[in-house]
Parts: sequence; structure tokens; C-alpha cells
Amino acid sequence: MSYEQQLDATFAALADPTRRAILARLASGEASVHELAEPFSMSQPAISKHLKVLERAGLIRRGRDAQRRPARIEAKPLREANMWIERYRELWEANYARLDNLLEELKAKED
Amino acid sequence: MPKPVDVSTPSDREIRVARLFDAPAKLVWDCHTKPELIRRWMLGPPGWSMPVCEVDLRVGGAYRYRWRSDADGTEFGSSGIHTEIAPFERIVTTERMEGFDGEAVNTLVFEEADGRTTATITMLFASKEARDGALQSGMSDGMAMGYDRMDDILAELAAA
Repeated sequence: MSYEQQLDATFAALADPTRRAILARLASGEASVHELAEPFSMSQPAISKHLKVLERAGLIRRGRDAQRRPARIEAKPLREANMWIERYRELWEANYARLDNLLEELKAKED
Repeated sequence: MPKPVDVSTPSDREIRVARLFDAPAKLVWDCHTKPELIRRWMLGPPGWSMPVCEVDLRVGGAYRYRWRSDADGTEFGSSGIHTEIAPFERIVTTERMEGFDGEAVNTLVFEEADGRTTATITMLFASKEARDGALQSGMSDGMAMGYDRMDDILAELAAA
């Protein structure tokens, strides 16, 4: 996949709240479909479908163990996507820090 | 301590930015709608000013923003129309950004609880490419990024 295609796939995979939750769970360690199905109250086939999307996007890897095939997080594509989001967030943080100061000034005037 | 800004991408054409302010909705609203207040904070990266800030706060009324880099005089503009106004609660605007194709629709919602206000902006772009372009504009000053916040970022993505 090209860099652009990789980013597209990453953002598409991250657009779904269940998939974001699965990634957050996998950030604390690998898990099998069975182990993921329970906390998300979803069927194993439904979880498998989400894992396939994440795997195609390169966000996770599946283990070789034929029984469990534990899913593991892949850090690099997420970093690429987060790099954008993180820089974008920094812009807003700078704006909102100034807005905090302005609001304090306005509140003091109202008192 | 600055409060965290929550940035998420609810769909492949959207960006959502949410932030809690320690002030009632009326004040936060004023800061988003009165030009003399907007130009004191909506400045982007350090070293930029806002020479043009015009707001006709009526349904069908236009707004026009223009920023300038004090360092090299580079300018950037953005403008649109107010399509919905519910005082202190909600504003919907269209937005065209210079250098970007297509029109975005921005929905700004203010929710007050216990004297504090959450402002949430949802930007819906004409296409995924336009959305990605807007996200990438955050990279424009090329600042290096630390890669050490994976866990925080994942937790935020999960909570989004």
C-alpha cells in the first residue's frame, strides 16, 4: 500500500466506534476473538469481521496459533494517523488556551 | 493545567473537536460570535494575527476571517454563511477555506452544566479528501511529533 492508501485505510478503520474500542483493548495486550467477544457483548463472527477490517488496514496482526489466533496491535499506521490528529489538536489547544484567558477576563468584568 | 481538547473523526468526512470551558454558555457564545472577542483567541499557531474578522450574526448573514503570519506576511482566509442560529446553544455555518475545494458545514454546539460549558464543533467536509486536507493543514509548520503517547491517544479514540 502507498502512504496515502495506508492513511485512507487507517482512517476508514478508525471511523467505527467498536473498532476504536477493540484497538484500545488490544493496546493493553493481545486477545483472541473469544476474549474480545465477551466485554463487547458481540458475537464472535461480528468481532471477526471488525478484526478483518483492522487487519486489512494494517492496524493489527493475527497470531499463527491456529486455535486462538490472538490479535495484536500494530503501532506504525496508528502513529501516522495520530500524527495528523495530534498536530491538529495542538492548533486547537493553542487557541483554547487563549480563550480560557479571555473568559477569565470577561468573568472578572461581570462580577 | 490546560484542559484536554478531544479531537475525533466520527466518519470519513468529519472532524469533531470538543473542549470544556470554565465559564457559562453565554460567555463562551460571545467569544465565538463577537469579532472583537474572536480575534483575541482564534489565531492558530504562534506568530499569526487576524487582520480581518467580520461576523453578520443572522441566518443568511456572512462571516469572513483572514489570518496573517507576522513573520513572512503569508495570508489565509476562510468565509461562509450562518444557516442556523439558536442563541447560546447552537450555530450552523458553511465554510470555504482558501486553497481547499468544496464547502464544509460546521455545527457548533454549547452545552452548559454547573456553570461550565462544553463547546463541540463538528465539521462535515464535502469529501474524504477535503477532510484529510484540513487535518493535514495542522501539519503545516512541520513540527516534529513525539510518538510516546500511544496509550493516551488510544484511550481517547476509544472514548470518542
